[in-house]
Amino acid sequence: MQKIVLVYIGVLLSMSGYTQQGEQFIRKDTTQLDEVILIGQRKLSNHRQEKTLSSIDDYLEKSNKITMLKRGNYAWEATLNNMTSERLNVTIDGMQIFGACTDKMDPVTSYVDVSNLEKVTVNSGQQGAENGHSIGGAIDMKRPSSKFYDKGLTTHIDMGYETNGNYGTTGLDLEYSGDKFYLNTDGIFRRSDNYKAGNQTEVFHSQFQKYNLSLQGGYKLSDRHILETNIIYDKATDIGYPALPMDVSLAEALISSITYRYKGHHSLLQSWESKIYFNTITHIMDDSQRDDVAIRMDMPGWSDTYGIYSKAALHKGKHKLLINLSSFYNRSIAEMTMYPNDPNQPDMFMYTWPDIRTFYSGVYVKEAYAINAFETVSGALRFGYHNNTIAKQTGLESLQIFYPNITDSKNRMLMSLSADYKLSEDSYDASFALGYGERAPSVSEGYGFFLFNSFDNYDYIGNPNLKKEKSLEFHVNSNFHFDKLKIGLESSCFYISDYIIGDIDTTINSMTIGADGVRVYKAIDYATILDVYLDADYTFNKRFSINSSVGYNYGTGNDNIKLPLIRPFSYLAEFNYNSLGFNAALQLEGNANQSQYSSFYGEDKTPAYGILNLNLGNMFYVKTNKVVLKYGVENILDANYSTYADWNNIARQGRNFYMNVSFVIR
Amino acid sequence: MLYSVISKSYWVYTHGIIQSYLKFKQMKLKYIFPILLVILLITACSTDNDDTPELNEVEGLLKIQELTNDSHTIELYTASGKFYTGYNAVSIRIKEHSSDTYVSNASLVWKPMMQMPSMQHSCPKSVIEKASGKKTVFTGFVIYQMTNLDGSGWTLTIDYSINGEDYSISEAITVEQSEKKNVTSFMGTDDKRYVVALIEPTQPIIGVNDIIVGVYKMENMMSFPVVEGYTLHSDPRMPGMGNHSSPNNTNLTYNHEEATYHGELSLTMTGYWVLNLKLANAKEEVLKGEDVTEEHTQSSLYLELQF
Repeated sequence: MQKIVLVYIGVLLSMSGYTQQGEQFIRKDTTQLDEVILIGQRKLSNHRQEKTLSSIDDYLEKSNKITMLKRGNYAWEATLNNMTSERLNVTIDGMQIFGACTDKMDPVTSYVDVSNLEKVTVNSGQQGAENGHSIGGAIDMKRPSSKFYDKGLTTHIDMGYETNGNYGTTGLDLEYSGDKFYLNTDGIFRRSDNYKAGNQTEVFHSQFQKYNLSLQGGYKLSDRHILETNIIYDKATDIGYPALPMDVSLAEALISSITYRYKGHHSLLQSWESKIYFNTITHIMDDSQRDDVAIRMDMPGWSDTYGIYSKAALHKGKHKLLINLSSFYNRSIAEMTMYPNDPNQPDMFMYTWPDIRTFYSGVYVKEAYAINAFETVSGALRFGYHNNTIAKQTGLESLQIFYPNITDSKNRMLMSLSADYKLSEDSYDASFALGYGERAPSVSEGYGFFLFNSFDNYDYIGNPNLKKEKSLEFHVNSNFHFDKLKIGLESSCFYISDYIIGDIDTTINSMTIGADGVRVYKAIDYATILDVYLDADYTFNKRFSINSSVGYNYGTGNDNIKLPLIRPFSYLAEFNYNSLGFNAALQLEGNANQSQYSSFYGEDKTPAYGILNLNLGNMFYVKTNKVVLKYGVENILDANYSTYADWNNIARQGRNFYMNVSFVIR
Repeated sequence: MLYSVISKSYWVYTHGIIQSYLKFKQMKLKYIFPILLVILLITACSTDNDDTPELNEVEGLLKIQELTNDSHTIELYTASGKFYTGYNAVSIRIKEHSSDTYVSNASLVWKPMMQMPSMQHSCPKSVIEKASGKKTVFTGFVIYQMTNLDGSGWTLTIDYSINGEDYSISEAITVEQSEKKNVTSFMGTDDKRYVVALIEPTQPIIGVNDIIVGVYKMENMMSFPVVEGYTLHSDPRMPGMGNHSSPNNTNLTYNHEEATYHGELSLTMTGYWVLNLKLANAKEEVLKGEDVTEEHTQSSLYLELQF
């Protein structure tokens, strides 16, 4: 079976199997299992228990391969295999969606909430090509599956409070589940003041406030045919970004889709799913909350995506075939208005994303062949056509300052190929995968116009003539099961040619006041990225277990230049106790000294850190209603620390007491 | 807010998906509009404007002033309907009083004159020529290097001849101060006085603009010949935003055909730009202007641009 890291988000609000299967606590799974089986079985391990009302970001962060880049306390950017958004394909139920902020202050994960999702699948490298092209891999956030359980009305109420930042969460979920029809609506509201780093140091401009509403409904046309609709509306206001010179006054998204599903029965065609979707994002960056700025500015951005996909799963004998046809159209536009301190001068205006239209259409085919009960080989191919068009004449003319010969349109053909072999015996399992993938530059990389990057203090200029980035990758993963001990080794290695990164151009004068200069995106010959994780789990008995993990990452480019944002040596250890109505976990996690930092790209040496967390959980029934209580202390020792993934070394949260309580009323 | 998102989305949806259809529609409009326009014009002409069919020879221009003598009225037009300091492209028509028609063949020479307390002087100007493709319109340009606060001080004299007969008209004109500095006069290190005026861009874009500048030497109070073969080094800056520059500007070099200096000017955003210049002669000796540095934020030779 294919190598997949499944991050299981057991979201209380939307978990259909939660009560049915008598699972007591909300956990997720970082073990590697077959994707299809997991959806049905919902068999959760003890790994890294979480508070039920964590943000998506918190959940993602618990995955080995994912690190969240933090620019504040909200809207963290997921990185996978040490690669950031432009090298990843982040989707919601297979739907393409793109942030509207030129400074990556709104990764798409910030527009959904745990209440919207059932799980997140994370696929490394070309294993994640099902929904689109990427280099580092794919993160697909899955909405709950259809719920024709005929259970009537269920109500979930969730409340959470955290002392650090005076952070409150309230959620309400109403679910009606019939035989032919179901409707699920949920709403969640979050609000936090400035958080405090270790030693009670207040981190100014770290507040946020957001609410999220979603609606999911399905109707059974017949036994095998289902029609579903999904709407998510997410609105965040007054979001502070302490690591950046600007904040966000509004981040708003409307995400909608209509899906038609067909479910086969012992037939060749197992399932067939078609979806048409639309999403729109408005993102308003401003600096009105900042006292001391060189010049006032507004930087709003918009991103709209329309798409369609149709995928079919076929099964015959030892063969499994998956075909996915998809297409999307995105419009990204962002602008900047600067208000001169001299009132006699007019406002200064420019397009930072000059109305870039991206059209993609492609096909994905994956074939898996079971050699025998233990061995499987599979191969996958994605092939697509990618076009970027500059829709605004002004935008084309702006970019022609740098590239006099460009036209408004650029076509690229993209390809992804992968093959893997999996072996699964009782005492061990292993998988090997090879892949080749390509990607087109992101809107910022291709067309960004004086985008200030506060990390390295340079203005960035896009390059419409960039070559495709190409990656050759190798993954290995193996697990050995001894009596009570399980040891796992997982490694990914990428050799990326025409690696896109900003290069200093001394001939260009920076625009941003105080910037050190201008970098223009260009492709360096190659870059190498490697990550290795070693896991060990030991189960003492039914109640006690220990799991631990250490990781090593490495990334360099041409001439041995260190790549930025490569995770230093990391470790994690967790002691778990579980009983029917109670669980507890003590976690130790940390990073070693960041010795391989990239000063060229604005990094400095981040010192080692280690923090201790304690999570506790109870579950009990009041009549037929269930109550789940999660509470604990994070960063018990109140360490003042920052990690390599903290933008401009912004300090992370200090000690935090939290409590989440959820009621399931039926 | 939700509503606005939906309505915006709808708009974008229409715009995106049915774009090709819209294009088709626009194509149709492209044909329909001219037809409508023609119909309108025909209707308009047939009802009340039969007698002046040449009216549209100055279409899009506004009349500044009429200069009148016994036999003729000279009409002066510019795009703005006013004279401003700096470069003015002027269109001229002569109306004969006796026949009430516009003269199509004439030769004109103009003499703008500024009356100062102690002396008077003229300014750089072109010859006046028949506008190409027009029957009754003559064109030329004039560069007023200064004016009084109230716009007074300038007198325009036009000597002209029609069918071998000479006439002259002279009248005071009003020249208003341009909002931005688009002309400058100075003494070069060669002890000669120069006038430098911005001609293009009149409608700057974010992007690469063709910049045209006129450079004239003040030989005496009356004569301002074109300076040939010099170079203008240009460095556009935005003082409102850290005095940043823009990339890929070219120096302005002399264009013989048009007798002006041409180059490329990159403007990365809208707003107020200072065009720092250095004027160098054929031997590359700088006659006026300095490099812009952290300490010296503006050249002593500069023009302004705002859009």
